[in-house]
Amino acid sequence: MVEWEVVIGLEVHTQLATKTKLFEGAPTAYGAEPNTQAGLLTLAMPGTLPVLNREAVKMAVKFGLGVGAKINATSVFERKNYFYPDLPKGYQISQFYTPVVAEGYLDVILDEGEVKRIGITRAHLEEDAGKSLHEDFHGMTGIDLNRAGIPLLEIVSEPDLRSAKEAVAYLKTLHSLVRYLGISDGNMQEGSFRCDANVSVRPKGSDVLGTRAEIKNVNSFRFVEKAINYEIQRQIALIEEGGTVIQETRLYDSDRDETRSMRGKEGANDYRYFPDPDLLPVVFDDSFVEEVRKTLPELPAKKRERFKEQYGLADYDAAVLSTSRDLADYFEEVVRVSAASPKLCANWVMVELGAVLNKTNTDITQPPVSASALGILIQRVQDNTVSGKIAKTVFEAMVAGEGEADDIIAKRGLRQVTDSAAIERWVEEVLKANPAQVEEYRSGKERVFGFLVGQVMKASKGQANPQQLNEVLLKKLTQ
Amino acid sequence: MALLPEEVRRIALLARFELKEEEIAPFTDKLSTILDMVEQMSNVDTSHVSPLSHPLDIHQRLREDVVTVFNSRELFQSIAPDVLAGLYLVPQVIE
Amino acid sequence: MHTKTIAELVIELREKKISSQELVQHYLNRIKKYEPQLNAFVTVLQEDVLNEEAKKADELRAQGHAKLLTGIPIAQKDLFCTKGVRSSCGSKMLDNFIAPYDATVVRQCQDAGMILMGKTNMDEFAMGSSNETSFYGAAFNPWDLERVPGGSSGGSAAAVAGRLVPVATGTDTGGSIRQPAAFTGVTGLKPTYGSVSRYGLIAFASSLDQGGPMTLSAEDAAIMMNVMSGFDPLDSTSVEREYGDFTQHLNRSLSGLKIGIPEEYFGPGLDPAVGAVVQEAIKEYEKMGAKIRSVHLPNNALALPAYYVIAPAECSSNLARFDGVRYGYRCENPKDLMDMYCRSRAEGFGAEVKRRVMIGTYVLSSGHYEALYNKAQCVRRLVQNDFNTAFEEVDIILGPTTPNVAFKKGEKVNDPVSMYLSDVYTVGVNLAGLPGLSIPAGFAHGLPVGMQLVGNYFSEDRLLNVGHQYQQVTDWHKRMPAHV
Repeated sequence: MVEWEVVIGLEVHTQLATKTKLFEGAPTAYGAEPNTQAGLLTLAMPGTLPVLNREAVKMAVKFGLGVGAKINATSVFERKNYFYPDLPKGYQISQFYTPVVAEGYLDVILDEGEVKRIGITRAHLEEDAGKSLHEDFHGMTGIDLNRAGIPLLEIVSEPDLRSAKEAVAYLKTLHSLVRYLGISDGNMQEGSFRCDANVSVRPKGSDVLGTRAEIKNVNSFRFVEKAINYEIQRQIALIEEGGTVIQETRLYDSDRDETRSMRGKEGANDYRYFPDPDLLPVVFDDSFVEEVRKTLPELPAKKRERFKEQYGLADYDAAVLSTSRDLADYFEEVVRVSAASPKLCANWVMVELGAVLNKTNTDITQPPVSASALGILIQRVQDNTVSGKIAKTVFEAMVAGEGEADDIIAKRGLRQVTDSAAIERWVEEVLKANPAQVEEYRSGKERVFGFLVGQVMKASKGQANPQQLNEVLLKKLTQ
Repeated sequence: MALLPEEVRRIALLARFELKEEEIAPFTDKLSTILDMVEQMSNVDTSHVSPLSHPLDIHQRLREDVVTVFNSRELFQSIAPDVLAGLYLVPQVIE
Repeated sequence: MHTKTIAELVIELREKKISSQELVQHYLNRIKKYEPQLNAFVTVLQEDVLNEEAKKADELRAQGHAKLLTGIPIAQKDLFCTKGVRSSCGSKMLDNFIAPYDATVVRQCQDAGMILMGKTNMDEFAMGSSNETSFYGAAFNPWDLERVPGGSSGGSAAAVAGRLVPVATGTDTGGSIRQPAAFTGVTGLKPTYGSVSRYGLIAFASSLDQGGPMTLSAEDAAIMMNVMSGFDPLDSTSVEREYGDFTQHLNRSLSGLKIGIPEEYFGPGLDPAVGAVVQEAIKEYEKMGAKIRSVHLPNNALALPAYYVIAPAECSSNLARFDGVRYGYRCENPKDLMDMYCRSRAEGFGAEVKRRVMIGTYVLSSGHYEALYNKAQCVRRLVQNDFNTAFEEVDIILGPTTPNVAFKKGEKVNDPVSMYLSDVYTVGVNLAGLPGLSIPAGFAHGLPVGMQLVGNYFSEDRLLNVGHQYQQVTDWHKRMPAHV
């Protein structure tokens, strides 16, 4: 039985978050009425000419710097010629021979905590296409060109990925990076971050690449994993049955969880790339690149290291909290406001807040509780105003929109009791009410201590300072 | 540099021209004549010459990312062959 | 009135010897009278619209708000987009295309106060040298109605030569201003690539196309360049520089001017009668104090082959947008998408456009890119190098604009390569992006002969000075064609 090795390379198209299109000052907002954001150039009106968007170029360079890539001092826009109704000019302006961004890399943390360096072959600027709407318009297809001409950065990886899991880990890292850099909103539902996967298999140990199939336009991390896994199994089964994989484009059908050949669709494509004569070579001087470099934020890998060093976080916590810039910023704000232990803050953000985000299916960009509000709550734990347990109740109330931590604590009378006379009173009540357990304890069964703590806490309505409670209870029991 | 009729058919398809059967021969003939003239280029050695795609040695200017285009759908679609609900209609595209 | 140049009309208007209304009506009457023979226009604006415009111009003048060219009539080649006016590019494909915007050149002329009389006939998508590929039928040469006016700006040439307008715009991709100017005895300037905006000019070959004026004199061409040239942020290939006043140096002396005569422009293929006319013109320049010397453009013979790779390659892509989806011609009852594309394009384009698009598709297709497209771009550099070397030694290169005078309608229509040869002296100038001026230099076989003056980059003011000085000592440019 041959052992197979999987070889995957990914091409990601990410929409850049510019206000206007790559070559025309038409707006790029999502969800506008059809064709209301299609200007003369977008519509390929005769005589119109492209002028390059500075911001899109900056964003591409920013990405290049973010993946440690070489920035090509001169890059050229080429035309990729083919006919399709969502491509108004009959060609897509893209970069073929000389992209803006040359070789770079991305360090990806795999499940086991292992760091794998994935090569990035290139990244180039190109125009997005419009949308074909296949609802039945009297047997016709409707064309909306609002999306046509929006800048895309196509990021091509080396075939360095060895499993669907690795591919997803790479994609998630890349997704986080483009959002960190602020060059894309990465919204996968709206198609701002789309992925094509080149998948092949070869016998383990072989250094010859197998024939690859390209899976087009898979739009969620989950589907990427499923599509690649399906494709791997298909190719292995095919070869083991004596067949051969053919180089082709396949489409993933998420309803059936399978990839399907798009053969015949492409016909005899010949894109006839040549330099766009309406555009000139894009030439950067060093100052342009340096200017962009100054706008680079702290990147995930660096932030992760800093979190470990500065806050003493464990690898896992540091990695989770640095996955997105918004989450990292949130965490740091919580630490700053609470002045509490970073570890405690990390737990609150990851566990309590994380659970709420999960449950409400929202993300950190729309937190149910602001970072400073959570910081104050944690401060109340730190200064013994409430116990950790009560704090969770307060947090739930905050999520429910009942107000700030201090208001809720006051309104509901949740303030922690540190008055030792009061605590002693509760302890004595409990000891009196549970003589059997007291006896048990005193005869050596120390595990009933926990039960008694619980009873006292209950008597105090959870408000007794736990440390004091412990001390008093122990004292009384051993008296 | 004689073209073959199959090549003319292939080019016509790439260029999206319907060619009638009786048009193939005249196109093949005339295109071949033009390519013969073009062939004269092969007499000169250009191995040490870099291609010139643009007459002037100037660089691409960059435009500020500012919205300058506003909705003119009504005007633009007034000259369109077939529109419905703001969409351009084409014969069904079958995926 | 119609024999006058813009420079002269401007004075008449200023001195109130004529009004714009009279001027516009006069030209309109001439158009009505001669258009049936010349077919110089695709569209003439409605009389009441024109009268209204002329009236406004006269009012502005009365109020003292007139600019230099307020109320001067102009015709635009039909590949400049004119908002609200059909912009057909001489093609069935755009027969129904009412442009939704103005080309920069059109706006510039409007801003200068000029009155748009109409849109001129042209070879379909500017592909042709005789105006015979127009969907609207050929235009005719006012000097001989059996002959072509040249092309592709043949309608503009016929309109100016026929004195139906004092000025028309043209575009020049391989000679499309200079060759028809030569054939009809008018002055035509192809400016340096990048000095006249291409925005709104329906593209044939983007790296070669350049708009320019077609006029009755070099002085008028200079006046028009003051209007048409300039940096345009809407065109990435527009050159950002100070363009200055093109009329400023018109009267500069030519003493000491170094004129280069390329032997390659006087070789076999040149009609000796045309050659003799140009030799006479060279003597005129010597008399004016210019120094004549011979120069070499050794790769000139390769300019035409390279041009017929590069221009078709670019046009094959530029014309892909004509797909019947958003504007222009769509075939009847398409049965599917492919059918719509193939029939709309087969029915909407004429044979010459199809030939060039197919040549372009071929040279860019895989397996031919290196040997043809890339090779042509290398030859293009050799052609440019030749000019650069020549301009180290001379100020101006002079030769015939075309090897022959205007040919008869139908004579070359079935032989594309022989048609292409009429651009043999002009295409190199486009490949290199240089400015070229064609001015009338005399007659051969009773038909006008054009002389081409080529200058270095952005030397239009010098070029126009050299043309103007010649027109001070000759009157070829003032000769009226027999049939108007």
